[in-house]
Amino acid sequence: MSRLIVSRLIWVLPVVFIVLVMNFLLTRLVPGDPITALIGDFPAPPEYEARMRAEFGLDEPLWRQLLLYLWALVQGDLGYSFFNRQPVAQLLWERTLNTLLLMVPVLIISSVLGVLVGMYAAVQRSRALDVLISALSLGGKSVPIFWSGQVLIILFAVNLQWLPAQGMQSIRGVDPGWPQVWDFVAHWLMPGAIAVAFNMAIVARVARVAFKESILGDYVTTGRAAGLSQRVVLFRHVMPNAMIPIITVVGNNFSNLLTGTIMVEAVFGWPGLGQVFMTSIAQRDYPVLQGVFLLVTLVTILANLITDILYAIVDPRVRAGYARA
Amino acid sequence: MQSSIPASGPDTRVRDRRLVRLLSSSVAILSFGVILVLLGCAVIGPIVYSGQELALTSASLVPPSGQSWLGTDELGRDVFVQMLFGSRTSLLVGVAAAVSATLVGIAIGAIAGFGSNRVDTVVMRVTEIFQVMPSFVLAAVIVALWGPGTMRIILIIAILSWPQTARLMRGEVLRIKSLDYVNAARCLGMTETQILWREVVPNALAPVLTVGTLIVGQAILLEAGLAFFGLTSPDVASWGKMLNSGQRFFYQGWWLSVFPGLAIFVTVLAFNLAGDKVAEIFNPRSED
Repeated sequence: MSRLIVSRLIWVLPVVFIVLVMNFLLTRLVPGDPITALIGDFPAPPEYEARMRAEFGLDEPLWRQLLLYLWALVQGDLGYSFFNRQPVAQLLWERTLNTLLLMVPVLIISSVLGVLVGMYAAVQRSRALDVLISALSLGGKSVPIFWSGQVLIILFAVNLQWLPAQGMQSIRGVDPGWPQVWDFVAHWLMPGAIAVAFNMAIVARVARVAFKESILGDYVTTGRAAGLSQRVVLFRHVMPNAMIPIITVVGNNFSNLLTGTIMVEAVFGWPGLGQVFMTSIAQRDYPVLQGVFLLVTLVTILANLITDILYAIVDPRVRAGYARA
Repeated sequence: MQSSIPASGPDTRVRDRRLVRLLSSSVAILSFGVILVLLGCAVIGPIVYSGQELALTSASLVPPSGQSWLGTDELGRDVFVQMLFGSRTSLLVGVAAAVSATLVGIAIGAIAGFGSNRVDTVVMRVTEIFQVMPSFVLAAVIVALWGPGTMRIILIIAILSWPQTARLMRGEVLRIKSLDYVNAARCLGMTETQILWREVVPNALAPVLTVGTLIVGQAILLEAGLAFFGLTSPDVASWGKMLNSGQRFFYQGWWLSVFPGLAIFVTVLAFNLAGDKVAEIFNPRSED
């Protein structure tokens, strides 16, 4: 087990380093240099520019700038927002919590529903469910997720006026306790449902195939012959085998889920990373944009790492392979 | 697949039969039909309505009517006319990015599959790094920092889309290079480079090209996303950009969001269906 983790870390660390260097180099894309961007159109004397450059370490050679950048990152310093001078790390931290409030329920609901629907489709050999799953996953690959959000807003918030169109909670404020919870749920419902639908389609699709294959195993016949109930066979014996490919897909799909959440947030004005990303684009707030990129990429790499490790925990064969190697 | 293959020109016969299968599939005909109609709109539309793309009128936020089929926006510009111009952007970006990504993917995959083990390892590691990156966020940050522009967006989408093609190409090349006819070519005295580009690559192309059709759809979605986040130049019509302005008028003009989004959906769906169908017929081994 530890051998597996070490071997995956050896692969992950260089990737993280490359991502950090890339993020550092991204700044070079800006026409002029960061100081020109910082000063903006305001005419500044060259001495001032030079002093600013020295202050930010921009007169140093590139490799020293890279080291300075990495050193700052180690200390948790992601720079400051051009817009309101807030530390980027602090800003992103606050927003990440709101993104998690949207995303964690989505991840749980869509995974459970996806596995159940896929399992049901495989066990019942339901043609209708097969078609539904295929249609949903084809639709998910073809619809711009932010547009489906707009359509729901126009339907349920503007025309029917059932649900709030924007935000995470009512601006006017509600009584603490249950009213607050219901207020949150009402705001979560539309963005959450969209993200659930997109993610569930992907999970259900793999789950269906995985259960279909796993149900053909000889151990199923043996279990049934030994008099085990359908339920015991399905949940104790078929499910663990079917979960292996499902975990891989859920994990590898994490970056898509995160991107989808960011887009949905932008449409629904959910005060998370997506909304900050959209406003920072409008304000050309480069440090914040780079911070979001770094955060999203590192989280994706972490999710892939966790997937690999979970995969080994679930599949004894992988574990054994690493123990022998 | 037919078991008896006629003695003369077996390869072309099989391909003909596949073409017949493709043309007799209603899904394929429908999706290729939609793509053709869209191409027609993109080519002819802007000519017919030349110069009217940004034409302002006093009638702002007018609902769909006989006068303006899909309504007008907040500045009185015709939504239908803007969408015709937008189809040009979407198709141009989608096709150009997919073609470039496919070419890059073919070259890189071929080198990885045919090169030494060390070359293969290095190339595949780089490919994995590209696949880990969340492509939309990276593309958005690059465009935000570098500045907008259709050519730049095509370039960025292509750079982020080649890995899947490269992986597929590498697999095909690995499979083909151990076949007998490659050895035969070697015995005939062909150099390794000749074998790779004249004998191996042409036979590895079919699955790779079908994936290219799917990349068109992904590229159109990516461009729409970038435009929705406000990352295209203000003077280029784009469906995603229309959705961005629609965002401010949910209460006054549903048609500003509904129609451009529908256009993106139908276009991407057509490319995905066409790609799936072509893959199903020309590449039976493909894992969905």
